[in-house]
Amino acid sequence: MLEVMPTMSQTLTVNAPLTAADGELLTVKLARERRNKQLKAVALVAPLAIFLLLTFLVPIFMLLGRSVDNPEVVTHLPATSKLIASWDRRALPSEDVFQAMARDLTAAKEDKSVPEVAKRLNMDISGFRSLIQKTARKMPLELAAGESMRDRFIQIDERWGDPDHWHVIAKNAKSWTPYYLYSSLDLRETKAGTPELAPEEERAFISIFGRTLWISFWVTVFCLLLGYPLAYWLANLPARKSNLLMILVLLPFWTSVLVRVASWIVLLQREGLINSALMNLGIIGEPLQLAFNRVGVYIAMVHILLPFVILPAYSVMKSIPPTYMRAAISLGDHPFAAFWKIYFPQTVAGVAAGALLVFIMCIGYYITPALLGSPEEQMVSYYVAFYTNVTINWGMAAALGSLLLIATMTLYAVYSKLVGANKLSLG
Amino acid sequence: MLPTYASPIERVWFWSFRIFCVMILIFLVSPLLVIVPLSFSADTFLLYPIKSFSLRWYEEFFGNGVWLTSLKNSFIVAPAATLLATTLGTLAAVGLTSSDFPGKSVLMSVLISPMVVPVVIVGVGAYLFFAPLGLSNSYFALILVHTALGVPFVVITVSATLRGFNANLIRASASLGANPVTTYRRIVLPLIAPGVISGALFAFATSFDEVVVTLFLAGPEQTTLPRQMFGGIKENISPAIAAAATVLILFSIALLLTLEWLRGRAEKTRTSAA
Repeated sequence: MLEVMPTMSQTLTVNAPLTAADGELLTVKLARERRNKQLKAVALVAPLAIFLLLTFLVPIFMLLGRSVDNPEVVTHLPATSKLIASWDRRALPSEDVFQAMARDLTAAKEDKSVPEVAKRLNMDISGFRSLIQKTARKMPLELAAGESMRDRFIQIDERWGDPDHWHVIAKNAKSWTPYYLYSSLDLRETKAGTPELAPEEERAFISIFGRTLWISFWVTVFCLLLGYPLAYWLANLPARKSNLLMILVLLPFWTSVLVRVASWIVLLQREGLINSALMNLGIIGEPLQLAFNRVGVYIAMVHILLPFVILPAYSVMKSIPPTYMRAAISLGDHPFAAFWKIYFPQTVAGVAAGALLVFIMCIGYYITPALLGSPEEQMVSYYVAFYTNVTINWGMAAALGSLLLIATMTLYAVYSKLVGANKLSLG
Repeated sequence: MLPTYASPIERVWFWSFRIFCVMILIFLVSPLLVIVPLSFSADTFLLYPIKSFSLRWYEEFFGNGVWLTSLKNSFIVAPAATLLATTLGTLAAVGLTSSDFPGKSVLMSVLISPMVVPVVIVGVGAYLFFAPLGLSNSYFALILVHTALGVPFVVITVSATLRGFNANLIRASASLGANPVTTYRRIVLPLIAPGVISGALFAFATSFDEVVVTLFLAGPEQTTLPRQMFGGIKENISPAIAAAATVLILFSIALLLTLEWLRGRAEKTRTSAA
């Protein structure tokens, strides 16, 4: 032992930089080691990142792109689109434009793309569809000597002499348009290109967005009102009992949403259990309308989303030592005051995060309102599906979807800030 | 418990609070309890009271080609999506917890985002993307998108397990002469297995319950059980749906029991390791 001491003090007093066994500087070696570790970590995450990029992110970006995509006029009326750009937008376009239009319509008639153009233009002025189809049927036109194409067009239909119709063509002669996004916000483009509020009878979507937020807000509130007390009760029960009762929360959580919606229809319909029970008890004279309206949607959505408040609230409450409340009470606080001043503030962050998650999930809901609501309960998601499946209007589906996505992602960013995405846990 | 010296007001408060909580629990389980008996009804409507009992709706469920095909499709898509999601998600979670690198928290948020993006948007986007490739109406595309939807759950549960993992165990194993692969197989994997399996169960349940993406992406040949139920509830709600629901409830009970068993096991290993 004594013989070793001097050598040790020797090494300790040496002031040179530390080196590894092979003589390399330790700091250099550590930095390399850290870089290697980082590379390895990135290599492990890469497969999933690439997978999600291809199957999830690219499709969504394509959808976002569709909301401003405006290919119909540019592709199917190419010559007209090019020439009309130099139109002064006051009087009728020049003879060249009319001739280009005749050529384009002839070509469109041949490759059967007339309906597509007609449909697009009809969105801006109703009646444009029949105008285009009627004119295309007359193609190709044989002009008599000295006759102008412009006169011929106006002869076919006098609407061709109306600059407003040409405005619409000029507006859509670009490969992108704000039209769908404006429409989703109940706006429309003026001739000057600025947005203005659409006339009252054409407004629809602001109220649908409002309804989506309103329903989501109330579902979140109901979830909090029911979830918080239940979580509190479960968290303060003896472990054996609370574990047993927790199963009653987890079982519905794990059961298919469609099973639960079907059950709620059974319970809530006119001849359903709740109505017949209430009638047998003599509380009501005739059945209440509980399903296929707002009430049914609220009940089923609260039922589906309630565990998302209960589970995080429960885990937060479990981590609060019961001694805090006892201390407050023993120091003379009323139990309610102790709860409000000592217990509640400690749960706010966790419960708020759960509530925010419920709200985020709510605004994207589709199945429950679709199956248990009337048209008055359908939210934004329904209209995205409607424009995709029923009217096949990709632009509107994409524009509504984009706005919904922006709302969701904004809330998700707040949520990540609040919770930290890497601290998320399930149950 | 209520002390014996509690005032009447405290008594009333205590009991009304309890009754309120029990009522919420009843609210949570009643839909499950209500639908099961109806599947044994001989009637053609989903109505109480049940006049006579029969197994005809189970015959319908298991004998009818449509229901059975949808069940089969669900058992093709969900396990495939689970396998993919679990593999990719576990690797990513190991990478995310092993080291810090620039942009890590942003990447984590992106990996979790399939959980919060409205499904309709995912469905329409997937249709737009896969249809031109000739892949709409295919198992392949359906499995890929279901995988994407299940991945966040795997990443979350495995990362959570790995954060509780004692890195000294890896060093101990290495110092005792094991190479990284042996260490991973014999030390890391058994310890994070509960997290991996519960993530896999979440991914499975996600795919098994998914209807919206399936609505857009699946053709008649890829109809899954939830898709079939969705159609059934929309068009004619018959006790066959109650039979399907009962099968699904039994299935979720099995999932839940497995998960609880895993949780118990994880707690045991954690306490014995500490």
